[in-house]
Amino acid sequence: MAAHGTAERQGMTNSMLGFILFLASEVMFFGGLFAAYFIARADAPAWPPPLTPEQIAEGVHLELEVLLPAISTGILVLSSVTMQYAVWQIQKGNQGGMLWGLFISLALGIVFLAAQLYDYTQLHFRADDTIYGTTFYTLTGFHGAHVAGGALFIAVVTVRALGGQFTAENHEAVEASSMYWHFVDVVWIALFTVLYIIK
Amino acid sequence: MATVAVPQLSGYHRPAVLDWIMTVDHKRLGILYLYFTLFFFAVGGILALLVRTQLAVADNSFVGNDAYNQIFTMHASAMLFLFIIPVWAGFGNYLVPLQIGAADMAFPRINALSFWMLPPAGILMFAGFIVDGGAADGGWTAYSPLAQQTGVGMDMWIIAVIVLGMSSTIGAANFLVTMFRMRAPGMTMFRMPIFCWTMLVTALLQLLATPVLAAALVMLFIDRNYGGQFFDPNGGGNVVLWQNVFWFYSHPAVYIMILPGMGIVSEILPVFSRKPLFGYKAFVFATIGIGGLGFSVWAHHMFTTGSVLLPFFGFMTFMIGVPTGVKIFNWLGTLWGGSISFPTPMLFAIGFVSMFLIGGINGTYSAAVPVDFALHDTYFVVAHIHYVLFGGSVFAVFGGLYYWFPKIWGRQLNERLGKLHFVLMFVGFNVAFFPMHMLGLDGMPRRIAVYADSAGWEALNMLSTGGAFLIAVSMIPFLIAVVMAFMRPKDQPDDPWEANTLEWATTSPPPDYNFDSLPPVRSERPLFDARHGDEAH
Repeated sequence: MAAHGTAERQGMTNSMLGFILFLASEVMFFGGLFAAYFIARADAPAWPPPLTPEQIAEGVHLELEVLLPAISTGILVLSSVTMQYAVWQIQKGNQGGMLWGLFISLALGIVFLAAQLYDYTQLHFRADDTIYGTTFYTLTGFHGAHVAGGALFIAVVTVRALGGQFTAENHEAVEASSMYWHFVDVVWIALFTVLYIIK
Repeated sequence: MATVAVPQLSGYHRPAVLDWIMTVDHKRLGILYLYFTLFFFAVGGILALLVRTQLAVADNSFVGNDAYNQIFTMHASAMLFLFIIPVWAGFGNYLVPLQIGAADMAFPRINALSFWMLPPAGILMFAGFIVDGGAADGGWTAYSPLAQQTGVGMDMWIIAVIVLGMSSTIGAANFLVTMFRMRAPGMTMFRMPIFCWTMLVTALLQLLATPVLAAALVMLFIDRNYGGQFFDPNGGGNVVLWQNVFWFYSHPAVYIMILPGMGIVSEILPVFSRKPLFGYKAFVFATIGIGGLGFSVWAHHMFTTGSVLLPFFGFMTFMIGVPTGVKIFNWLGTLWGGSISFPTPMLFAIGFVSMFLIGGINGTYSAAVPVDFALHDTYFVVAHIHYVLFGGSVFAVFGGLYYWFPKIWGRQLNERLGKLHFVLMFVGFNVAFFPMHMLGLDGMPRRIAVYADSAGWEALNMLSTGGAFLIAVSMIPFLIAVVMAFMRPKDQPDDPWEANTLEWATTSPPPDYNFDSLPPVRSERPLFDARHGDEAH
C-alpha cells in the first residue's frame, strides 16, 4: 500500500510548483501585450504617433508626466522589500515581524493603486486616441488589475497571519503571495521603463 | 481491509447526479470531459455537413452567405476549442494518474474547475446563434478587420475562447505538477508511458502559448468595444499584429491538438505488435523537439502578408518535419518484425500513421515559400489541416476510445461493428478530403459559400460531400456498439489486451483510489515485466 505514489517528494511542494507554473503563464500573458506594444511602436512613423486635427482641437496631447509614476515606482519597489522582509521574518518564526511586513506592503500597494488612478485623471488622452493611448491604458490597466489582485492576496494572507496560521515550517501562502508581488513589481519596472523613460 | 468498512458508517448517499457534478475524481472528470467533447464533435460534425451540403453543387442557395460564414466559423471553433483540445484533457485526466501509478491528479479541485469552465464557455459560444447578428462569423482565426465588423456574437466568441484558454492553462499546470511530482516509486521520467510524455509537452505548450492567445483576444475585445486601435491602421495600429499574436498561440496549438494523439498511437502500436516501442528515447526527444520548434514557425501562416522573414520561417517549418519524420520511423520500426494483430484500436492507429503521413507531407510541401504563395487560402490548405486533424487526431481519438473502453467502462466494444466503423470512416475521410487537394490546386478559395458552375469544381465538391456523409454514416455502427456494450455487464478483466502500462494493473474500471498495489516499475513496460518475470531480462 505504500506504493501509491501519493507521498510528496522532497524539496518544493506541489502547490509551490503549481504556483510557479501559474506565474509562468502570467509572464506569457504580459509577454503578449508587451510584444503588441513593441510591434506597434516599431511600425509607427513617429512616437507618439501624429494626431488628427480633430483630436488636437479636442485638446488631446500624448504626453506623460514622469514625476508621480517615478515616485509610485519607488513605492512599489519598497513594498517588494517589505514583502520579502515578511517572508524572512516568518522563516525565523517571528510572527510579529511578518505581520508588520505584510501590513506595510499592503498599505504601499494601495497607495500605488491610488496614485495610478489619480494619474489617469491627469492625462490628456483616452484609450481610443491612437495606438499610443490604447497600449498605454491596456498595459497599465492590466498591470493595475494584477496589483489589485496581489493586494487582495496579501490581504487574505494577512488575515490568516492574524489568526496565527503561519509558522517557521508552514508559511507557503506567505511565500507565494510574495512571489506574486515581486512579479507585479518586475512587470511595473519594465512598464515604467518602456512607457515613461525610453523616448 | 479496514477501509472497506468506512463507507458503511455513513448513512447518507448522495444522488448519482450530484456525485458526478461534485466529483473531484480524475477518472470521473476524465469521463465528463469525454462526454462533453464527443457531444461537441457531433455538433461540429453537423455543422460540417451543412457546409458540405451548401458546397455540393454550384450556385447553391441552401444556406445564405451570412449563415454560411457563421456555420464554418462555428464548425472550426467547436472542433478545435470544444472537441480536440479538451478531448486530450479527457484522456489525460483519466490516464495520466493511472499510467504513472498515482491516486489522483496533483490538484483535484482545480481539476474539477478546469472541466466546469467548459460548459458555460460552450453555451456562450453557441448562444451566438440566437442573438442579433448571429454567431461569430469571422472564421476561427478572427482576422482583423473582419472580426471588427461583426455582431455581438463575436464578443461572446471572444469571451468563450478566453474562458476555454484559462481552463486549458490551469489544466496544463495541473498535468505538469502531477507528472513531475506524483510518479510511483521506480517510475523515472524515462520510464513514463509515451502518452504521458506527449501530455507533458502538450501541457508545456498550453501553459506558455495559451496566455498569449488570451492577450490577443483581450486586445481584439478592447478594439471592438472600447475604441482601441490595436488592429486599426487609422490610429497607428496594425492588422498583421493580430496575425502575429494569434498564430504565436495557434501554431503551437496544432501540436497541442496532435501530440497526445501521437501518444495514444504509440501506446496502441506496441501492444498489438507484441514489441516495445522502437526508439523510446528518440520518440521522447522528437516530441520535445516538436514542442520547442513549434514556437518558431508561426509566421508560415503569414507568408503572403509580406511582413515576415520568409527564409527563416520557411526553413524552421521544414525543420519541424524532421522530428515528425523520426516518429513515423518509430512507428514503422515498432511494426517491423512484430507479431501483429488487427483489433479495432490497431486499425485506427495504423489509419492514423498513414493519414497523418499524408498530412505531414502536404504540410511540408506548403512550407516551401513559392508553393505557399500559390496555395495560400485555397482548399489545399483545408485538405492539409483535415489530414492532420481528422486523419490524425480524430483517428487517434477513436483508436483511444476502442483501446481504453474496457478499462474505462469495464466492457468491450463489438469488434465487427468497430471494424465496420473504421472502414466506413477511413473511406469516407479520404473521399471527403482528398479531392480538396485537387480543388485547391485548381484555385478554389476556402471559405466561399458559392462558386460558379463555369469554375468546373462541381464534380469534386459533390464527391467530397458524399465522403462527408459517409463519415457521418460511420458513426452509426460506433453508436450501436456503444449501446450494445452498455447493455452488457461489466465483464472485462484487468488487462484484456496484455498491455504494457500501469493502468492495466488495476481492475476495469479502477476503484476510486486506483490501485490496491502496484507491480515494481523497472522499465517503461512494467506489466510486461510482471507477466514475464525474469525470463524477459
